[in-house]
Amino acid sequence: MTDVLDPIAERRVATPGDAGLRAVAMRPVLETPGWWWPTVVVLGAVVVLGVVAWVYQVANGLGTAGYNDGAFWAIYEANLVAFIGVSYGGAVVSAILRLTHAEWRAPLTRIAEATALVTLPIGMIFIIPHLGSPGKVWELVWPTYWNLSSPILWDFFAVSTYLLATIVFFYLPLIPDAAIALERFDLEPTSGRLRVRQSIYRVLVGRFTGTPGERRRLNGAIGLVAIMIIPMAVSVHSVLSFAFASSSRAGYMETILPVYFVVAALYSGVALVVLSVAASRRLFHLEAFITPRHFVRLGFLMIAFGAAYLYLTFTEYLIDGYSGTTGASAWVYQIVAGRYAIPFWLYFFAGGVLPLVIMAFRRLRTTTGVVVASTLVVLSLWIKRLVIVIPPATEPLVNSPLKSAGVLAGNWGTYHFTWVPISITVAATAAIPLLLLVVFRFFPILSMAEIEEIDDAHERANVGEVGA
Amino acid sequence: MTTKHDDVTPLDEGERDDLTVAAVTIGRRGLLRAAALGGIGLGVLGALTETVAAASQPATTTPTGPTKQWCMIIDLRLCNGCRLCTTACQTAHYLHEDQTWMNVYTMQNAAGEDYYMPRPCMMCEDPACVPVCPVGANFRTDEGLVLVDQNKCIGTRICMNACPYDARYFNWTQPVPAPRQPFKQEPEWPVPQVIGTVGKCVNCAAMLPSGQLPECVTNCPMGVLYFGDLTSDVAVNGMGATIKISTYLAENDAVVFKEEYGTHPRVYYIPGHGQDLNNNPSAS
Repeated sequence: MTDVLDPIAERRVATPGDAGLRAVAMRPVLETPGWWWPTVVVLGAVVVLGVVAWVYQVANGLGTAGYNDGAFWAIYEANLVAFIGVSYGGAVVSAILRLTHAEWRAPLTRIAEATALVTLPIGMIFIIPHLGSPGKVWELVWPTYWNLSSPILWDFFAVSTYLLATIVFFYLPLIPDAAIALERFDLEPTSGRLRVRQSIYRVLVGRFTGTPGERRRLNGAIGLVAIMIIPMAVSVHSVLSFAFASSSRAGYMETILPVYFVVAALYSGVALVVLSVAASRRLFHLEAFITPRHFVRLGFLMIAFGAAYLYLTFTEYLIDGYSGTTGASAWVYQIVAGRYAIPFWLYFFAGGVLPLVIMAFRRLRTTTGVVVASTLVVLSLWIKRLVIVIPPATEPLVNSPLKSAGVLAGNWGTYHFTWVPISITVAATAAIPLLLLVVFRFFPILSMAEIEEIDDAHERANVGEVGA
Repeated sequence: MTTKHDDVTPLDEGERDDLTVAAVTIGRRGLLRAAALGGIGLGVLGALTETVAAASQPATTTPTGPTKQWCMIIDLRLCNGCRLCTTACQTAHYLHEDQTWMNVYTMQNAAGEDYYMPRPCMMCEDPACVPVCPVGANFRTDEGLVLVDQNKCIGTRICMNACPYDARYFNWTQPVPAPRQPFKQEPEWPVPQVIGTVGKCVNCAAMLPSGQLPECVTNCPMGVLYFGDLTSDVAVNGMGATIKISTYLAENDAVVFKEEYGTHPRVYYIPGHGQDLNNNPSAS
């Protein structure tokens, strides 16, 4: 028995240079790997280019982003949905797995929560390039002109509330870790860089000392936020879908849209967690804690949402295409066989079917397989968001029903991709790893307290067994 | 009446009564008296309910209420698709070529002949664009005009999503510069346009108080467009013809565009009756 328990006890040792839990979790905070600065500089440069593109757009109008009256919503709206969508992974992996007492989650929670913490603000930023007059964005923040019957205003409220909840959900489990980190710093010779972190941790820890009573109350609070964050996450994408659905346009006016948005967000969210976990594991050498088993489990969770999403896609297009009102059947036709067929089928095979196939076969379900599937999901779900947003926005609403083949041949609008939104999108994508690298410079990459707590529970159970 | 245009829905019996009653003050009194005499069937009782509802709305003779309820009547039988309305409007309001406050669509009837359908802002009584704006930049005046406040508009374009008539466009690029205007730059006269904001037909709202007709109406050489006031029940076109709105709408089987959307437009179309006026030179 003692042989089994020994590795756990070993992890507690917090001396520099060893491979215990605390050492591994704190290493990104304490040491700067050689690749860190070059990576940050390159990613930062990409982000700066995106900002330059946005400044150009502000000076010359949204027309420079390829928008026109025949395509009034396109890439920024799709990005808003896609980037806020990938932040759902944090809520799922952390909150749902916590509430279902899935213990394998423990080494993943910090990475998942950090991914949510950085992707959500990046998604929210797309409100700015989306607006025609970003200088007046204060009208959304300050209540002078608020129109409470507008879905867009409620989008803003829902996303802001969710951001607050995400910050709290990141902060609470960090409290005991910050306490552990402060202990760890006492062993290090104090340098200026560490002193900054030390003072940050002091603020985060507050008066927390780690007594059993405090731990119990903290866990209660985390559990409460975990419960609250799930309906919040559901509300964010539901309300986001209302902005589209609150119209009479075929393709937007769908009762399925809120569910569709939420499931897509969960699907792509878990996929992004897989990617950030895989990258962190490789870069920060977390192999001892994050095993191939974790990837397979995350992969199964992902394709459960993926299968649900395929099903919703099927019902949506089948019913709209079959019932055959003029607008709806024209819209379905354009997606399935018309001008939007290539991106749609790209999603269908790359983001719908292929991940299912990869996860179905034991031989394909490796760590690499899951990472490939997740990459496909993240990319093709972005394409799917374009297929959701663009076709109805390019629909001609005034059409002669008798004009040769009706609306099928009608004068649909066209969105033209230009370098401006592409630069901004690439910049936003680069901002995810950039901000994650920064976050892990300041906070332990593994949730030390959570892992130890679960280990302790096992230890107690084992001791109990031995005693019996 | 049978119509061959699915997009243009005919008013059903009840709706036509509703339209007439809401529009005509004297006609309503007559109807009330008739209803009081009790010689009228259920259909008119329905109309009476509508009358009571209409009486509580601003479109009445109450001295404090607004004196005008603007509306437009478009006689599709006369339009030859010259699009002088569009260009006159764009010249007067300094708009880009693709910014159509008044657009003229080429449609096709059952016989395969083209006909033309001018489309201004429908000035809906229940506009879909107004409730969706997060900052309340869209509003409807007491005189029934749906306008946009350029100073408030932040450019979310959700109103373009909501409008079932494609009547809104956006200032994607720098607008056409305009010289000093006879009117203040306000929702009633949004000239010049402002980059990053939405735009649409305003029925030349700033010109109306001085008795001028909208530019499109004045410049229509065919007399297709009538502009009028539902309170006084009178409309005129650019040729100087004057009509009594209630009679004209009833006698010519007026319809509204996309009635099923529940927006209650204040633009009434007189459908072309099979386009037998042969106003299209390309059709034999």
